[in-house]
Amino acid sequence: MKRIVYREWRLEPARYWGLLAILLSVIAIGGMAALYMEHEGHWVTGMTNSVVWGVPHVFAVFLILAASGALNVASIGTVFDNAAYKPLGRLSGLLAAGLLVGGLLVLVLDLGRPDRLQVAMTTYNFSSIFAWNIFLYSGFLAVTIAYLWTMAERKGNKFMKPVGTFAFLWRLALTTGTGSIFGFLVGREAYDTAILAPMFVVMSFAYGLAVYMLVLFYSFDADDRPIGPVMLKRLKNLLGLFVSAVLYFTLVYHLTKLYGAKNLDVETFILVTGGIYTAIFWVGWVLIGGLVPLGIIYHPVLGQERNWIAAAAGLVIAGGLAAMYVVIIGSQAYPLEMFPGKTVLEFGAPGDVGGAVAPYSPSFPEILLGFGGVGVGLLITAVGIRVLQFLPESLTDRDVAPAAGAASA
Amino acid sequence: MKPDKEKIDNGRRSFIGAAAGVSAAVVAPGVVLHTVDATAAPRTEPVTDLHRWGMLIDTSKCADGCSACVSACDRENGLNLQSKPLGDDPLKWDNQRAVWIRKVKLQDNTTGRITNLPLMCQHCENPPCVDVCPTGASFKRADGLVLVDRHTCIGCRYCMMACPYKARSFIHEKVDQKLTRAPRGKGCVESCTLCVHRLDEGDISTACADACNAEGHQAIVFGDLNDPDGPLRQALRQVPSRQIRQDLGLNTGVRYSGI
Repeated sequence: MKRIVYREWRLEPARYWGLLAILLSVIAIGGMAALYMEHEGHWVTGMTNSVVWGVPHVFAVFLILAASGALNVASIGTVFDNAAYKPLGRLSGLLAAGLLVGGLLVLVLDLGRPDRLQVAMTTYNFSSIFAWNIFLYSGFLAVTIAYLWTMAERKGNKFMKPVGTFAFLWRLALTTGTGSIFGFLVGREAYDTAILAPMFVVMSFAYGLAVYMLVLFYSFDADDRPIGPVMLKRLKNLLGLFVSAVLYFTLVYHLTKLYGAKNLDVETFILVTGGIYTAIFWVGWVLIGGLVPLGIIYHPVLGQERNWIAAAAGLVIAGGLAAMYVVIIGSQAYPLEMFPGKTVLEFGAPGDVGGAVAPYSPSFPEILLGFGGVGVGLLITAVGIRVLQFLPESLTDRDVAPAAGAASA
Repeated sequence: MKPDKEKIDNGRRSFIGAAAGVSAAVVAPGVVLHTVDATAAPRTEPVTDLHRWGMLIDTSKCADGCSACVSACDRENGLNLQSKPLGDDPLKWDNQRAVWIRKVKLQDNTTGRITNLPLMCQHCENPPCVDVCPTGASFKRADGLVLVDRHTCIGCRYCMMACPYKARSFIHEKVDQKLTRAPRGKGCVESCTLCVHRLDEGDISTACADACNAEGHQAIVFGDLNDPDGPLRQALRQVPSRQIRQDLGLNTGVRYSGI
């Protein structure tokens, strides 16, 4: 196998600084939105006592899933010894760290008291999945940085396999923990199932790879680095596999819920009568995030074209945000079922919606904060690949593990 | 590299000295105030598990259209001082303002029978809100009260996701007016305290139960679940009662009859 050569991102300065300026403005606007929400209080958002987690959580959970998924690309090379993925490892680690920081910032800035972050970092209740996640998230950053070091520093190379394996196990724990935030909520009909944890793991594979592919395509295009058809085919097939797995888990999740008579109402809500949530589930989660990208990926002509593959990755991301919206907000909008066999005529006055579907419409500051988190993730990546050697010179078929490429092609 | 000999910067020294003096002057009154507070508190003994406070709500006595318990709670805990922030949508605000107790009206799907009941924090023995709280701000006291420590609550709202009773409220707006006995502030979560300020002064009562009695309904019996001869246990012996979402096994402190 040829030696892999990594080089800094050689984008023309004007274009590079332009990109940074755009990202910084997105971050600045997100930051101002957070300040506004923090200063005024959460009444300026669409969130209420019924829908307590809004769009910031949609973005934050998506980014955290995508972060752990982005690290998968490195794991395939290191842990599963697939030589063709080795050159992709460094970008994978960097992107994972960047997306995680972005997601965590959104999560923290949406707290009622973000100024008490220190309390969250020093006072723990270990029966809380959230408290565990604080360790899983900060540990993930540390492990990823160590992993990057073993990949980039010759002295560290010999530790790459054990550190990489540890990072892989850690990321599985992290996504399991994120899924369990919802899965362990026994009081809510839409949650309260262990399948949410593995479903989140599989979602992270798909969303992380989709983000990774778009970043890889863009950064390679920008300074004319080549990606060979074999590498393209590998990535696209892997995305197809992950997206199919997400659809499979979605099916099993709903079948599990449908089987118990007590959950029929919430299932009817999400799948049939839930208005916006039903629409986002079928059109966003299933169609845009699942069936359409699969159609593109496995299409005999479109599936060969780089731009169509990029479009499929983009659709997977859009579908992922839709899925998060349904899982996080749809499940809260549905009323808690406290009195089986009874209809709730009134639930407090005035205007409380305990017995009915809770209204929620996202406000601008929430959405801007979410995009600010995306901006942070991309900024870290853009600066990282510019100043350090994260990107391989070339991913042509000749340069990437020719034997492995030929075998699978 | 450090130079071999650094000259002592007297200006810097005097600045630090002055800064320390100013800080002490600012902090000292706070320390003194806290000390006064501590001595003024009537309770010096820690709370024990000799008592477990709870309620029986007889829904057959809970009157349709009466909301005396809700207004009493609002007055007792300063929730009537809340006002809609300028510019907020009135319908949204109704769902954003803090509600510790609410009147619920139910109709049986088969028989059509109407039931009224007040719903508040159920003060579970195994509270899901306490399990999920990352900082331990949501806690259960030895005497069974489930409370929020407003100093360590970071406003993550995970407890609100976990509560099966929708009993908790998040403070969405700046709080201009509040009562000393029930301090509240923007960005934290709160819920029914079973009038903890009364209990801690030895007054075994809650505002809602008092108001219900004053209306002549006597639908709420408040008392000690651990006292076999107390009014609560006597009432529980006389009528069949159950817990809302009994299937979850939370062993709530608030029990209902007639549902």
